[in-house]
Amino acid sequence: MMDLWQSYGIWTAWTFLYIGLIVGGVLISVAYLTYAERKVMGAMQRRQGPMTVGPFGLLQPIADGLKLFSKETIIPTQSSRVVFLLAPMLLFALSLVAWAVIPFDKGWVLANINVGILYLFAVSSMGVYGVIMAGWASNSRYAFLGALRSASQMVSYEVSMGLIIVCVLLCAGSLNLQEIVLAPRPLWMQALLFPMFVVFLISILAETNRAPFDLPEGESEITGGFMVEYSAMAFALFFLGEYANMILMSAITTILFLGGWLPPFGILALAAVPGIVWFGLKTALILFVFLWARATLPRFRYDQLMRLGWKVFLPFTLLWVIVVSGTLLALGALP
Amino acid sequence: MIVQALAFYLFAGVLLASALMVITARNPVHSVLFLILSFFSAAALFVLLGAEFVGLILVIVYVGAVAVLFLFVVMMLDIDFAHLRKGAMQYVPVGIAVAAVLLGELGMLYLSWNAAPDALLNRGAPGALLAGPTNTERLGQLLYTHYAFPFQVAGLILLAAMIGAIVLTHRTRPGVRRQSVATQHARQARDVLEIRKVETGKGAV
Repeated sequence: MMDLWQSYGIWTAWTFLYIGLIVGGVLISVAYLTYAERKVMGAMQRRQGPMTVGPFGLLQPIADGLKLFSKETIIPTQSSRVVFLLAPMLLFALSLVAWAVIPFDKGWVLANINVGILYLFAVSSMGVYGVIMAGWASNSRYAFLGALRSASQMVSYEVSMGLIIVCVLLCAGSLNLQEIVLAPRPLWMQALLFPMFVVFLISILAETNRAPFDLPEGESEITGGFMVEYSAMAFALFFLGEYANMILMSAITTILFLGGWLPPFGILALAAVPGIVWFGLKTALILFVFLWARATLPRFRYDQLMRLGWKVFLPFTLLWVIVVSGTLLALGALP
Repeated sequence: MIVQALAFYLFAGVLLASALMVITARNPVHSVLFLILSFFSAAALFVLLGAEFVGLILVIVYVGAVAVLFLFVVMMLDIDFAHLRKGAMQYVPVGIAVAAVLLGELGMLYLSWNAAPDALLNRGAPGALLAGPTNTERLGQLLYTHYAFPFQVAGLILLAAMIGAIVLTHRTRPGVRRQSVATQHARQARDVLEIRKVETGKGAV
């Protein structure tokens, strides 16, 4: 028994500590992302945003959380109870487990696995079940329509996201996230990957069901979409999951295209600042684009969304995989 | 090792239980959800074997894409399962025959890995014979170097099947209003808009 404690116990205790740190950090980021969203959109629409709870309204997310916590959870009588309750838990859990492989700084990663990017892709592709289960279990037409829209949207955009990831992997030569960040990336390679960065940015908006692709919850046509029947904590879990997914996708974009924890533009003097700060700043930059798009762009129509995914992004990314691999082969730069 | 063994029994147990639930659940949607759980447990077993690439591809392809379409179809169809279940008992002999064949195959596999004279070689191949640190690279070498031709042929067959499916199911419906984005972008204000100067008291014609 003592052997088991020494070989596994200490390791387990440390791992739990790290998990606690990561989950705590993500949840605090989620709380303040909602605050940032309201402030940024307020500034863009010439209003103040939250400002009464605490200094500059900084305690507003905590007040919102307490409000949701104290409300009553309503389960519709016609619903499929177990699936109804399982859906928000699944969505929330999936938005947290993905953080296990994200490197915050050199060596600062919970699980440094060989197939990190595949793991992230697998977890994000399972996120669709939370939505589709919620829509089905609610036994409501609005919820079901929202779930169907969401399922087809997420599946469609995953295809081009996969091809974009293939482009990056061709340049990096590894599926390990740390090695992707550390792989040398000369200027021509960055120029080659830039169109993919733009497409990836648009695809993650669709993948996280955010404006201008927020059709699954389009309030003007299907009230609240797949979460119309949810209240209190179940609703809060959806909400937290959505925002945690936004942060996660921004972090993935940072790792794939913006050089993760490395200082920007390769300026060595800036390496004095800890890498996690750069990682956070770059992620925040992408998150700002999320909020900016929401405040600026009107919602897409459903057929426009599908056309963009299948007829524009898919052929373009497929072509770009050939272009990237051809260029790498011609220059002899294959890793 | 004990933790690995515990994890194996946990995932194997979940796999068997959920596979059983797939065929016994009353609600077809629940069946599909249990099928997804069993896919997921199988992927976990692959990871335990050290085949993390295969495991995650299983999750991405089967859980992330194929099962979503299953779920989609089963949710949309209004099937009366009590009616379908009525004649199920007459298929039991077929089921038993298929199960017997599968069991026999598994038994032969077990023998070739444990009792055959070259069992060690069978078990070790092909990973041990190839250089390369991760099983992703080994798989890549196997597929793209050693078996490049069969792999390409498999791809072509899939492509032909895909085109066939599209050709068989595609039908052109007359009278559907479609948006042509290129035409809309090419539209100029002067083609559709006319500005007239109307004199006071005359009115436009």
